[in-house]
Amino acid sequence: MNLLVPLKLVPDLVEELTLNEAGTDLDRDALIYKLNEFDDQALEEALVLKETTGATVTAIALDAPEIDQVLFTALAKGADRAVKVTGDFEPGIDNHTAAQVLAGAVRGQQVDLVLCGVQAPDDLDGQLGVLLAGALGWPHVSVVSGIEPDSAAGVVRCHQEYAGGSMALLETELPAVLGVQAARQPPRYAAVSTIRKVMKEKQLEEVAATPGEVVASKLQVRRLFKPESRAHARMLEGDVTRQVEDLVAALNERGVLKVGV
Amino acid sequence: MAGIVVIAEALNGTLNEVSLELLSKGRELATSLGQPLIAVLAGEGLDALAPPLQSADRVVLLDDPALGKFTPDAHEQAIAAVIAPMEPRLVMIGNTTAGMDLAAGLAARLHWPLAAYCTGVRMEASDLIGVAQLYGGKLFAEVELGSQSVIISVIPGSFPAVAPGGTGVIERAAVPAGKSRTRFKELIALEAADVDIKKAQALVSVGRGIGGPENLDIVQDLARAIGAEVAASRPVVDSGWLPKARQVGKSGLTVKPKLYFAVGISGAPEHLQGMKDAEFIVAVNTDAAAPIFEVAHLGIVADALEFVPALTERVRAGA
Ligand SMILES: Cc1cc2nc3c(=O)[nH]c(=O)nc-3n(C[C@H](O)[C@H](O)[C@H](O)COP(=O)(O)OP(=O)(O)OC[C@H]3O[C@@H](n4cnc5c(N)ncnc54)[C@H](O)[C@@H]3O)c2cc1C
Ligand SMILES: Nc1ncnc2c1ncn2[C@@H]1O[C@H](COP(=O)(O)O)[C@@H](O)[C@H]1O
Repeated sequence: MNLLVPLKLVPDLVEELTLNEAGTDLDRDALIYKLNEFDDQALEEALVLKETTGATVTAIALDAPEIDQVLFTALAKGADRAVKVTGDFEPGIDNHTAAQVLAGAVRGQQVDLVLCGVQAPDDLDGQLGVLLAGALGWPHVSVVSGIEPDSAAGVVRCHQEYAGGSMALLETELPAVLGVQAARQPPRYAAVSTIRKVMKEKQLEEVAATPGEVVASKLQVRRLFKPESRAHARMLEGDVTRQVEDLVAALNERGVLKVGV
Repeated sequence: MAGIVVIAEALNGTLNEVSLELLSKGRELATSLGQPLIAVLAGEGLDALAPPLQSADRVVLLDDPALGKFTPDAHEQAIAAVIAPMEPRLVMIGNTTAGMDLAAGLAARLHWPLAAYCTGVRMEASDLIGVAQLYGGKLFAEVELGSQSVIISVIPGSFPAVAPGGTGVIERAAVPAGKSRTRFKELIALEAADVDIKKAQALVSVGRGIGGPENLDIVQDLARAIGAEVAASRPVVDSGWLPKARQVGKSGLTVKPKLYFAVGISGAPEHLQGMKDAEFIVAVNTDAAAPIFEVAHLGIVADALEFVPALTERVRAGA
């Protein structure tokens, strides 16, 4: 069973997001990037499946600044192979384009199951996994946990989550693409020393993006803007003591708390 | 190219409220374009589910045992076959868990563009403009949707719901005999829990900002002091710090308590979906730009590890 896990760097949402001068994109030079958290979940689930079933795990990513670090970290965590797809990719490349480039790379590999993160914070044109499945003509299931491949039967079973906390057990024919919501355990960390060691001992495999017809998303972003909500919270100023007093007063006033003032 | 198509959703035999929300916005667009509004519903035994959708001019039912349970493969095949020849101007799909598969899956099959996570859509002269929520709710994108058939997925709760019912024509469309490569096996209910957070008057809800399970105590202490139950964001549950029955949001429970106290929760759209209708929302977060402050009534920029114990102490002292 060959598992493939596409990895992508996304802006760290805890940091301030500043816009470019035109206001049409992020100021990409000023951003701090991190691995998409759902990709990390997908990688973790793949690594657990490697441990429990002997599956082979390949991490794959489109070339981008700092992507080597991401791929070496995946190797340090236990991935068998790490593949960098090289090409001239714009920062903030849309998922339609990324899916078609990845599909080209997947066709050159032996892949039974692709585990993608269910979504990323910048999926304006749709989730990568579903678009990749479309490009490959493979079935897909999103919002997935509890993945159980059955290579003898040529299927994978997984849970698809619904609102309200219930879920469906689905069975999908392989090859397939799943959008992973959560791994069965929190993603592991790789020690910096392990990553350094891996960087000395192992190499990233490089495959060039196959030139082909790439159909981009056809969406034109006019502008990005911060929420312009009329209903922003009233912010309690001052030090913690002052904030606590003001909050207690406000809650008392609303009658949701009964505390002596 | 004409018509506004709404893909209605009825998982497990009940119509999802988002379907009626899409119909209200769909009617507005259809009227300004002078085009028909068409609701499409896939499932099995749909007779009772069609009438609420009749504010649409046409309600097209894909009623077939093969569609009785949701699988992306079967539903996409059937829906694609019925909407492709319509060549609609716009297709609207709720950004539910099933909608995430459907929207991108249909976009890929039909080669129609998709704008995901929309919270708004409008006409400007003859241009369709979408507004999509990105980066965990920290930014919005105003997007030109072009002049071809286009799909948007819409975050539930973005539009008011239309009143159910109307005089639209109900039609049954043929479901192409296709083979689904995905099969439904069983429905697994949320495991029973010691608490029903949907019934709680007050919730203290904890997010990843709390740092780790060792800090849950301070949240539990506050909850006890003010007579609230403890709830959580998804990562807290995924990390195993609290059980799933306490999860609020898109893939958890929807709550409407009198008081919702969000501690170290960023306010991602998937979380807001489960709590934004709470009567009174208080949020504590170190990040003044956290989207939770867009829906909160009172906001406190502070370290929760400092603020929450201070509040608990004050409540205890004052009681
Ligand atoms: C299909 C799908 C379904 C989902 N369903 C749900 C769902 O049901 N419920 C849900 O919650 N999420 C859901 N999510 C996940 C959602 O996208 C977010 O990842 C999640 O809500 C983030 O949780 P959080 O706010 O606790 O963590 P983060 O986004 O990491 O936010 C932590 C916050 O804590 C703040 N903080 C850090 N330190 C402190 C401190 N010391 N004091 C105070 N504040 C601090 C930070 O500034 C930050 O704002 C779903 C995602 C998908 C794709
Ligand atoms: N002190 C903290 N401990 C744990 N998580 C935090 C803390 N502060 C912030 N976080 C949130 O935890 C998330 C995960 O961070 P990281 O470990 O960098 O992937 C970040 O997005 C932060 O919002």
